[in-house]
Amino acid sequence: MIGWRWDFTLSILPRLLEATLNTLLAAGMGYAIAMVLGLIFALGQRTPIKPLTFILREFIEFIRSTPLVLQIFFVFYVGPQFGIRLSPWTAGMIAIGLHYAAYLSEVYRGALNAVPRGQWEAATSLNLSMRQTYGRIIIPQALPHAIAGMGNYLVGIFKDTPMLSVIGVAELMHTANAIGAENYRFLEPFTMVGIIFLVISLPTAALVRLFETWLRRKLGMIR
Amino acid sequence: MQYGPRLLDGAWVSVQQTVLAAGVAIVIALSMGLMRMAPVLPVRWAATVYIEVFRGTSLLVQLYWVFFVLPLFGLTLDKFLAGFLTVGMNLGAYGAELVRGAIRSVPRGQWEAALALNMSPARRMWRIILPQALVVMLPAWGNLMIELLKGTALVALISVADLMFVARQINSSTFLSAQTFGTALILYYVAARFFITPGMRWLERRLGRHLSRTGGTRT
Repeated sequence: MIGWRWDFTLSILPRLLEATLNTLLAAGMGYAIAMVLGLIFALGQRTPIKPLTFILREFIEFIRSTPLVLQIFFVFYVGPQFGIRLSPWTAGMIAIGLHYAAYLSEVYRGALNAVPRGQWEAATSLNLSMRQTYGRIIIPQALPHAIAGMGNYLVGIFKDTPMLSVIGVAELMHTANAIGAENYRFLEPFTMVGIIFLVISLPTAALVRLFETWLRRKLGMIR
Repeated sequence: MQYGPRLLDGAWVSVQQTVLAAGVAIVIALSMGLMRMAPVLPVRWAATVYIEVFRGTSLLVQLYWVFFVLPLFGLTLDKFLAGFLTVGMNLGAYGAELVRGAIRSVPRGQWEAALALNMSPARRMWRIILPQALVVMLPAWGNLMIELLKGTALVALISVADLMFVARQINSSTFLSAQTFGTALILYYVAARFFITPGMRWLERRLGRHLSRTGGTRT
């Protein structure tokens, strides 16, 4: 058995923390893409165009039931086959953004459905435009219903970023792997990765819960 | 396509991994979920630590840790074993929360009735509470099983020769990425959409009927 070496841990810590920034950046960018795309998917399913609704539903189902790693490989390797070269970052962001867009669109869909019909009818009778109805009436009321799910997937996307290491995105897992291979020591880098993930994801999850309660109270949904 | 048989071999390994990991996940979820509600504080803590650690870090990190770090402590697991064990332990932590939520949702009256009938705590849990909790949590388990299937794709990264692994191998020798990865994606989709989801629906219907016949959910 090999003992834990603190000096080695300290010496690799700066590199790991730097990689953590990349991980956070990847999660943040992926999530931003997912939020926007997810909304498009959710609203697309509410249009009266039946084929569009059908295609979107099947597409979302497909993305949600296939593994993210495989999707990452697919996006990364299929491009060059047709002459489009994507950098690992671009491919990774497309794959993870699309994957979580599918999940978020389901959160949005549920939240939009939770707004009572009367609100739509009231907006119509006030002669509000589609844009105003969504922007001023529906989305503000749907948001609290979406917060819990959105928060879960924020933590989720962060925990899924290590998968980007398989196509060479220099995030935390990739760096830990490189350090391990250079020094023939995997104990400290891999354990530190686990600890860094815990230290970030547990407080984030707690914050999300707090924010949700705060928002609900603020909007008078609970006392 | 001449690579069909190899992909099917990989798919078969994926099926084995999924089934074994599901078994591990169910056992872990039940024991951790029950421990989380135990009256003894240290037991509850142990379960909480387990659940938070496995839910707070990612599956890939756990896989690498089990595969590369545990041998340093003298515990070398075969990659196949390490694969489904880790996937099962990870998803089991999520399952434990489902178990806890479902047990909490069983009406108080059921506990009291079992007490009034002088049932032992173990018998009460097994015969009265768990069957009712099972019906409540089954739909959520359907989603969890799909997550589990997807999770098994990661065992390819510790070189278990599953569907994902085979697809990568074929891709690196043929460069037919769209075809190989596309086929693998479709196989996963078929497994999730036409086997796991209908299977869980069938189980839900069956258990729901069984419970209502014995009068468990009547009020």
